[in-house]
Order: sequence, then structure tokens, then C-alpha cells
Amino acid sequence: MTLNMGPQHPSTHGVLRVALELDGETVVDARSMIGYLHTGMEKQAEYKTYTQSIPQTDRMDYLSPMSNNLALCLAAEKLLGIEAPARTQAIRVLLTELTRISAHCVWLGTHALDIGAMTVFFYCFREREKVLSIYEHVCGARMTASYIRVGGLAMDIPAGFLDRCQKFVDEMPAHVDEYEKLLSKNPIWLARTQGVAQLAQKDAIGLGATGPVLRGSGVKWDLRKNQPYCGYDEYDFEVPVGVSGGDAYDRYMVRVQEMRQATKIAHQAIAKIRAMGEKGDYRLRDYKYVLPPKEDVKTSMEALIHHFKIVAHGFFPPVGEAYQAIEAPKGELGFYFVSDGTPRPWRMKVRSPSFVHLQTLPSMIRGRLVADVITAIGSIDIVLGEVDR
Amino acid sequence: MTAPTAALPGVATTLTPERIEERLRVRFPDVTIRRQTGEAVRDHTLYVPADQLVEICTFLRDDPELDFAMLSWIAGVDYLPRDPRFEVVYGLLSLARNARVNLKVALGEEHPRVPSVTGVWPTADWHERETYDFYGIEFSGHPALTRILLPEDWVGWPLRKDSPLGYEEVAFTHNTPGRTVPDPKLKKLAPKKVKYRAH
Repeated sequence: MTLNMGPQHPSTHGVLRVALELDGETVVDARSMIGYLHTGMEKQAEYKTYTQSIPQTDRMDYLSPMSNNLALCLAAEKLLGIEAPARTQAIRVLLTELTRISAHCVWLGTHALDIGAMTVFFYCFREREKVLSIYEHVCGARMTASYIRVGGLAMDIPAGFLDRCQKFVDEMPAHVDEYEKLLSKNPIWLARTQGVAQLAQKDAIGLGATGPVLRGSGVKWDLRKNQPYCGYDEYDFEVPVGVSGGDAYDRYMVRVQEMRQATKIAHQAIAKIRAMGEKGDYRLRDYKYVLPPKEDVKTSMEALIHHFKIVAHGFFPPVGEAYQAIEAPKGELGFYFVSDGTPRPWRMKVRSPSFVHLQTLPSMIRGRLVADVITAIGSIDIVLGEVDR
Repeated sequence: MTAPTAALPGVATTLTPERIEERLRVRFPDVTIRRQTGEAVRDHTLYVPADQLVEICTFLRDDPELDFAMLSWIAGVDYLPRDPRFEVVYGLLSLARNARVNLKVALGEEHPRVPSVTGVWPTADWHERETYDFYGIEFSGHPALTRILLPEDWVGWPLRKDSPLGYEEVAFTHNTPGRTVPDPKLKKLAPKKVKYRAH
């Protein structure tokens, strides 16, 4: 029998359609059909300047806008051959780690809701709301941040921002304890996740899995450790890995521990920013690529010219190409730019983790029950906006 | 497969791009492997011929010193009006050696076709379908090469440079000349025919 699941099924986390080949209640095969949210971001980027593409990225993985902004900006910076100042990098680290916490909160809440644990959802969304308020404080938008820019940030962090982050980061470990108290030893949770949706290490690597999915399968691979960017090599944190063969419980444990590690990194980032000043450099002072400060624009002729050139044309990268990936909450998020020397990219390719991870679904659920499909989809943590782009 | 051993923090890769190239040249002495050079080519990129692609990829994956166990991404690029017009870029990642390398295959305008690497890395399946979907590049040997993100009955290859950015026809468009006129430098431009499915 063929059973159609989605695209409007609540547990498919968006508009994913899965055609299940069933034998009784056992899944023989599964085919995912995607593209319902395809908006042609890669095509549109060819008609926009690099900076104009940043708001597009907010809408890709809409649960982690800051990470998406960062990936695009780092790729553009690599192409330009520039690097943002250290204080900026620390702010970027702080914000992307808060993003990781909030993205994992949404994942945990919805995943638990899918397999019957309703309470967790309310707890998780409470903390996610705090991160969204932090976004609002720093850039004015709750979800579509567009705060990280090529060469730095859109503006400096506001007064009282670090205290607010510190307060959140101090509270967060206790909240993670709460989630764990609800789930980690809950017999229903264990029955629904342990030994379910297993992904062997060999399959995970062959299918290109990254991030928590790969680590859940026992591979210690984290771009923040292995190919550091934004000065991640100066932070002290652990990379959790799964221990029981890459099942849904492993991925759950990896993400929960990642939330703890993220708070640890955020702590260090706050200390770093404080050491470098509550106010200070928030973008590069190379005005060929970065907008000059508004005060200068009003007083200096050169700054006005730079401002005008960047706003009217955008910056001109050299002819060439660059690929840069970051460890986004969902896995390796990379941007590949081909530049022909004009302010618009000749080609922008997005390597999105959700797109790659969705391919692992059939190998997780073959021979399992229909109910496990829900667990599998939830445990790989996809966002359809990013799958379809 | 054993667990990759390199996950040590701060350990730089021991595999230099030169070494990768050298290993390939020793193994494939008769194959032209050209390194991409340029002002701002930030990654190590090698051009390989399409007919040897699968052999080269298998070697890169299986060679114990290189160990490119993961294919990270595949991208098509359209360089209209250049000849060869298309390129397919393969982003390879070695977990054990903590190294990346890009492979490139250049393809002509007529019937762009490249052998599929799904047999080497299963992850190539969707990446190749996406590239086919966007550029009409055929991957011979792919198990089911169909459109993936666009509807099955879509006409045309949207990311080719001679496919204009879609637009919606609005009232009084004729009053704003130039609004729908594509770049005159690109030849062969005709408004894309989009057939919508009747549900």
C-alpha cells in the first residue's frame, strides 16, 4: 500500500510530502517530495548585491537567522579577503550560540510534541521567546534579523545588551535540566526514541550528514573545532557525540548537550566582549567594502563618497570564487560564491544541511513502523524553508 | 568503517593541496588534471575530465592517505557566453584528514552530460537532481534523474543565464518600458514559458 504523508501533515515540520510504501504497518520504502517552499533564492541572488541577499537568508532556516547571515557574510568575506575585527567576531559568536539554543529549543519542543510529550513544548518556547526578545533588543527584528553584515555588523550592540544576555545564559542550564527531567528518563520517551531511526556511521558519512545527525552517529566532527571560524579556536567547549549507534535518542542527547555547550561558549563570548569594551569596533574600517559611520558621512567628503558608492553599487569583489561553511544549529551550512568582478554574484550556491539530511530519512525508517517515521523526521531536525530555498 | 581520528581541536590539516594533486597525478598519469588559478580562487580547485570523473572520485574516497569520505555539495555554474559553457563543482570533504578540495568538470553547451557519482557517494543523488533541475545537466547513470525542487512539468532550466528572472505580469507594464526587457548582452533570451498545473 502506498500512503501519502503530508504536505500538510503537522508532524512534517512544514510542507514535506513523504510517500510511504507500506506492508501492513511496516515501512518498505519512502520517497520524500520537496519543493513546495522553493522560492529560487539562488537565482534571485544573482540579481542582488551581496548585502541585498542577507535578508533572503533569514527566510531560509527561519529558526536560526543569525547563523544564516553569518554563513553568507563569512563566504563573502573570504571572497573579498577581509576579516572582521575581533570584537565583532565575539559578538557574532555570542549571537550564533544564542541562535543555536533557540533553534534547539524549537526542535526539542516540536519533536517532543510530535511523539506525545506536550509539556516540553511550552517550556522550550518560553526560552525561545527570550532569545527572540534578545534579537529584538539588538536589531529590532524578532526573526528576520539581517544583523550580521559583510565586514561586521549592522550596528553596535545596544546598552544593557550584555547584561541581558548574561542573565539569560546564567538561567539557561537550569532550564535544560528541566527539559532533561521531563524526558531523559521518561519511559515513554525512551520507548519512542531508543533504537528507533538508527543511522549507522557509514551511512551517515556516505549520505553527507553533518552537525548533530553525524555526531549522533558517533563521529566527532564539528566545524567549530575542526575548521574554526570567527575565532572559535579560542573558546573552550566539548563536542558531544552519540554512544548507542545513532538512534533518535542519541541525536536528542547530542542536541541537549549542545545547548549546555552553547551556554558555555556564550559565557566566554560575553566575557570577551566586555574585555574589549561595551562599545567599540563593530565593523571593519575598510570603507571600500563596509559602510562608513554615519557621523563621518555628515562631515567627511571621502566618507560620503564611500557611502554613496556602496549604497548605489555595492562593493566590487575580485574575480574568483570561495566556499565557506559554518556549523549552523542543523549542520554544515555553506555558501559558494562565484564572482565575475561585479557587485552581484555570478552564482550563489547554498549548501543547506536540512536538504542533505532529508536524504537520510529512507535509510532510517525502512523496516520500521509508521509511527517511527514521525520520530525520524523530528529527530533529523529539518526546516523546509532551508530544504527548498 | 572506523571512526575518523582527526577530531582534535586546533589541529591543522596535514594534507596539503599539493599533496592531493601529487597523489592524483601519480595514480592517473595520463589524465589532464589542471589546477584552477586566479586572483581570488580561495579554495583548492582541480579541473578533471568528465570521462574519468568516477574513477578519480573513487580513488579520492578510497585512498587511505586522502580519505575523502564525504561529498559535501555539488553546484552547477553557467558561464554564458563562455565556451565551455557549464561547470559542475564537487565539494569534497575529508573528515579523517580535515581537508577540503573542489573538483570541477567543464561541459559544453550541447547536451551537457557528466557521469553520476551516486555510486561513490550516495548523497550525490539529490545534489545531482538539483543541478539537473536548475541547469538541465544530465548525470548519466543516476538512478532516477527527475526534477526535485520545481514541479515535474516545469519547462526550461531556471538557473541558466538565458532564463530570465521570473516576473508577474502586472497591469500597465507597457507604461514602464525596460521593466520586463532582459539584459541585451545575453542572446537567445525569450520569456520563459511556464505551464501551470491544473489541480
